[in-house]
Amino acid sequence: MPAAPMTSAATVGDLVSQPYRYGFVTDIETEKIAKGLSEDVVRLISSKKEEPAFLLDFRLRAYRQWLQMEEPDWAAIGHPPIDYQNIIYYAAPKQQAKKASLDEVDPKLLETFEKLGIPLSEQKRLSNVAVDAVFDSVSIATTYKEKLAEHGVIFCSISEAVKDHAELIERYLGTVVPSNDNYFAALNSAVFSDGSFVFIPKGVACPMDLSTYFRINSGDTGQFERTLIVAEAGASVSYLEGCTAPMFDTNQLHAAVVELVTLEDASIKYSTVQNWYAGDENGVGGIYNFVTKRGQCRGDRSHISWTQVETGSAITWKYPSCVLQGADSIGEFYSVALTNNRQQADTGTKMIHVGPRTRSTIVSKGISAGHSSNSYRGLVQIGPKAVGARNYSQCDSMLIGDQAAANTYPYIRSQQPDARIEHEASTCRMSADQLFYLQSRGIGFEEAVSMMVSGFCRDVFNQLPMEFAAEADKLLALKLEGSVG
Amino acid sequence: MIRSDAPVLLEIRDLRASVEEQPILKGVSLTIRAGEIHAVMGRNGSGKSTLSKVLAGHPAYRVIGGSVLYRGEDLLALEPEQRARIGLFLGFQYPVEIPGVSNLEFLRVATNARRQQQGHDELDTFAFEDLVHERLKVVQMDPAFLERSVNEGFSGGEKKRNEILQMALLEPLVAILDETDSGLDIDALRIVAGGVNHLASADNATLLITHYQRLLDVITPDYVHVMAAGRILRTGGKELALELEESGYDWVDAEIERLEATLAPGIALEVG
Repeated sequence: MPAAPMTSAATVGDLVSQPYRYGFVTDIETEKIAKGLSEDVVRLISSKKEEPAFLLDFRLRAYRQWLQMEEPDWAAIGHPPIDYQNIIYYAAPKQQAKKASLDEVDPKLLETFEKLGIPLSEQKRLSNVAVDAVFDSVSIATTYKEKLAEHGVIFCSISEAVKDHAELIERYLGTVVPSNDNYFAALNSAVFSDGSFVFIPKGVACPMDLSTYFRINSGDTGQFERTLIVAEAGASVSYLEGCTAPMFDTNQLHAAVVELVTLEDASIKYSTVQNWYAGDENGVGGIYNFVTKRGQCRGDRSHISWTQVETGSAITWKYPSCVLQGADSIGEFYSVALTNNRQQADTGTKMIHVGPRTRSTIVSKGISAGHSSNSYRGLVQIGPKAVGARNYSQCDSMLIGDQAAANTYPYIRSQQPDARIEHEASTCRMSADQLFYLQSRGIGFEEAVSMMVSGFCRDVFNQLPMEFAAEADKLLALKLEGSVG
Repeated sequence: MIRSDAPVLLEIRDLRASVEEQPILKGVSLTIRAGEIHAVMGRNGSGKSTLSKVLAGHPAYRVIGGSVLYRGEDLLALEPEQRARIGLFLGFQYPVEIPGVSNLEFLRVATNARRQQQGHDELDTFAFEDLVHERLKVVQMDPAFLERSVNEGFSGGEKKRNEILQMALLEPLVAILDETDSGLDIDALRIVAGGVNHLASADNATLLITHYQRLLDVITPDYVHVMAAGRILRTGGKELALELEESGYDWVDAEIERLEATLAPGIALEVG
């Protein structure tokens, strides 16, 4: 006799509930400041980081703006109120001060990153990617710095950049995402801890991919990273970002700001694989991910491309955007967002067409399983000077099981009559019959699910750098099946 | 081709199955030996499609009694994919579309799953392309269909050809073809039937599930079974199909009434 019949939905449900692999905590002595947020805390953070006066002013201005603002409530997400006085705004593993060589870094930290698949030591580090490893509030190590410097490329933590390249920071910081842009951007501007700084000088194609790996370790600490990437005229770079956090039954706040600037003919390709802890199957714990990412194509013919694979976090609130200022500039957004259990994602993009003949492409793939909710929210805005602007948007949703929700909120505003805007949307359900069809050809259930999900996401995965595409495929497989890993 | 000493491939005994608590199969018995072609005929709702789904292991159907041995092994204990790997094949009446999954990749993964079970090496992309191009000829299919997503946007006839192409690649020992003739024009029917005939050998067996005589004009069965109300009412040679074509299924109703009368009171047979 066969086993009791299973509906495929139930079986897929079992598959999607795989344990989180990165949930361990590193036992390391940490220097933390007291909980709570005040002007004194902002000053304390700034002094701990030995920052110049302009930056303290920037932080204080942001803090005062934040006090006047209210948490936004328009997204299709729900959570208990966040107590901003119950969060630690600065935590750093003791031993502080960036080490001259990796030999001086606490082996526990190196071990942590190795466990996460990001070996940093000379012998083991990835051969074609330079990595900046951020642990709680500080950057631990950056590989290949010297080699990159030979090409004039600056790749370091933003704290170092504040000291060593203050003039660049002062010129660009907060110019794409002003400190009063939104509630979470203001909070970040006041208390941001670490993140990466990338500067590609005129005419240089960055010789290797750059990558930052963010790790939250402490349970009661917020993470407020800040990343700034500048590509001068004719420069180009491909940048990757990865993130994980331990499993806690409380929620941690992650409010990052990422700013990208491209001058004439420059291009930045920014890819993210986000795998923060998502909470358990009942929605207990997990990261609240409120992120502001924006790129500004300042120069003519410049190009900014966002690719994101969002699989983690209890809440994702994130709209990587492009301001297409330069004539003929190009903005792209490719996204896969997977939600399961009680996860909530409200994510999408904004394409602001300012300059003439600017073009943007949006490809969004949402996969919702369990009781999760997955919304695409996107704005395409064509300004009065954006003659001949074009946009193409495609938003596809895949539902797994019958308890998950998918929403699409496309906003289109055009002040330019000859602009061409196309929007396509579709929703499909992974059906028991499709799975059975693949199974009846000898393909195992898990592989069948994985094939269908990969097929659904192919347009986006094709945009990821090679190593990342494989990683993303694996990650989705991991989230969706038992055997992998 | 009937050979009484040929090995038994499939032995179905008193098989009972339900879907959503509704009994559909009410005791089906059938023995299939290597080299044989069987046809199961019957009206809509007679349970013949259910029989094919139960044999392939569709999760919506629940076996409530009886047994099925595949070359002596308990078939019902196996997952659908395991059944396929050991050589059971179901050609679907309505093959589903799977957007985003490349037909070529799908065929390759399926073929390799079967090969692995047989202890053969996996075929790499190039070796597989050679094989698939050779097998395309069996169904006279345009290689362009390999580049598309599985069945997506295929016409009814193209979908059925794709089914037979899969059969040609997987080389099953028992192929169950569920209403393979439905929705085919006469040319497509001839091509599909030609493929089935080409693949039939002394080592394998075919179970055709069909409504109409017209498929049996092009594929000659060794046995014809008439199914109604979840059981096989009569078994005969190919002439039984012709008889049905002439006299219709009216006698079936009488037969069921007679059967019903012999059953214990309170148990009714539904005629679907």
